[in-house]
Amino acid sequence: MKLKNEGKTIALFVLVFFGLYYLPVHFEAFQAAVLSALELARWYAREHVVLCLLPTFFIAGAMAVFLSQDAIIKYLGAEAKKVVSYGVASVSGSVLAVCSCTILPLFAGIYKMGAGLGPATAFLYSGPAINVLAIVLTARVLGLQLGLARAIGAVLLGIVVGLSMHFIFRGEENETTDTPAMDSDELERSLPETVIYFALMVGILVLATLAEPAQPGFWAAVHAYRWPLAAGLGLGLAGLLVKLFNFSGWKLFLLAAGIGLLSYFFPDVPEVPFGLGLVGFSLVCISEGGEAEQWFEESWSFARQILPLLLAGVLVAGFFFGLPGREDGIVPATWVQTLVGGNSWPANVFSALAGAFMYFATLTEVPILEGLLDAGMGEGPALSLLLAGPAVSLPNLLVIHSVIGTRKTVAYFCLVVIISSFAGYFYGLII
Amino acid sequence: MVKLEVLGPGCKNCERLADNVREAAADLDLDYELVKIEDLNEITSYGVMNTPGLAVNGDVKIQGEVASVADIQAILEDYN
Repeated sequence: MKLKNEGKTIALFVLVFFGLYYLPVHFEAFQAAVLSALELARWYAREHVVLCLLPTFFIAGAMAVFLSQDAIIKYLGAEAKKVVSYGVASVSGSVLAVCSCTILPLFAGIYKMGAGLGPATAFLYSGPAINVLAIVLTARVLGLQLGLARAIGAVLLGIVVGLSMHFIFRGEENETTDTPAMDSDELERSLPETVIYFALMVGILVLATLAEPAQPGFWAAVHAYRWPLAAGLGLGLAGLLVKLFNFSGWKLFLLAAGIGLLSYFFPDVPEVPFGLGLVGFSLVCISEGGEAEQWFEESWSFARQILPLLLAGVLVAGFFFGLPGREDGIVPATWVQTLVGGNSWPANVFSALAGAFMYFATLTEVPILEGLLDAGMGEGPALSLLLAGPAVSLPNLLVIHSVIGTRKTVAYFCLVVIISSFAGYFYGLII
Repeated sequence: MVKLEVLGPGCKNCERLADNVREAAADLDLDYELVKIEDLNEITSYGVMNTPGLAVNGDVKIQGEVASVADIQAILEDYN
């Protein structure tokens, strides 16, 4: 036995042993925290999985398969116009980097082989915040306002960060090496068709996740008829799939009939027809093979990657901050209120700094923030944390450092903290 | 011997690509050596932005997707 290799495992076992040995199972505070972790997980399972996360995985999967990534990367290359590359860099995270692990290689690529430091840092700042899963879950769990502020803030401030970096280090633009020619595939579908295809999917998602509005009006009417409307969009989507992707019509027809029957028998539980409909659709995708099967595989790979992390995040959030409206987490709400309550400058800077150092696995920032907001965190500091959090963390700073060196890394880190705190502060003023 | 290099920072997708590459190579009875390149500076020196990527004897053949075993076999057949 190599004691050196096993040392870590042995240490872990010892740690777990003592952790269990002294586990404070009989402390009421501990029991309440464990219970609220489980309750929060149940709430997520009931409210957010079937109608929100599952369809979003399909949209993310479709983006990975059906959007031409090479076409976007072309705009981030060395020959691209600078003005264009900043814009493209700050929004392309939504398409290119649905998974957070692709952010850093793309960042390194844009810096070394492409449009340079400015666009690269613009991409690094906005990328993790604007993928479709992050936007949807933020808007759904933390409210539409904060969701929009996060998306718009990330894009605009990404450009600001990028331009600032370019300005600070304007004397030392590195020699960009030649980008090897990218062979871009011929587009099989026209742009309008692709836009309609994604619009239909997003439409279904919005209808499925629509919360009941407080006042009567347009949205209340939409809410009342959201399932018939969603069914209409679904039929449109099915037609498009047959036309564009050569799905077999009879399979989709059978699926639609099945969904119709289920909605007739379970009129009050939309999760049943919606969830089983997605299962049926997955089966259709797999049986079609080719691009359709790839679509399912990509969607599933997102789900497989993200759901375990999200579950861990939800349990941690429930344990530390308790349930909405109840103070039964381990961390007392007064601590949260003192540190990040209201909308003071210290609260915003502290949030931005904490977010910048902390590592959030993909999407786990959402349940954690929900807990913090509920314990009394201000809306402004919440945005500061949402903006600074996914953009930097201690582990990814080390990697960034290996690519752009100490001075640029320090400058980037400071810019992220300063700009995110400013954004949070002014958002807090407006709200 | 064929040199296969899987390019990527070491996340799930890179591991899946590496698994598929191993499976494809084993099916072809290929004499190969598989190396994982995880350093970003090295990855960019291959000209790869979109990970995961696969280089065969130094030529980048795949980037930005977890290619299926069948697709990888089609690429590797030329080297057998």
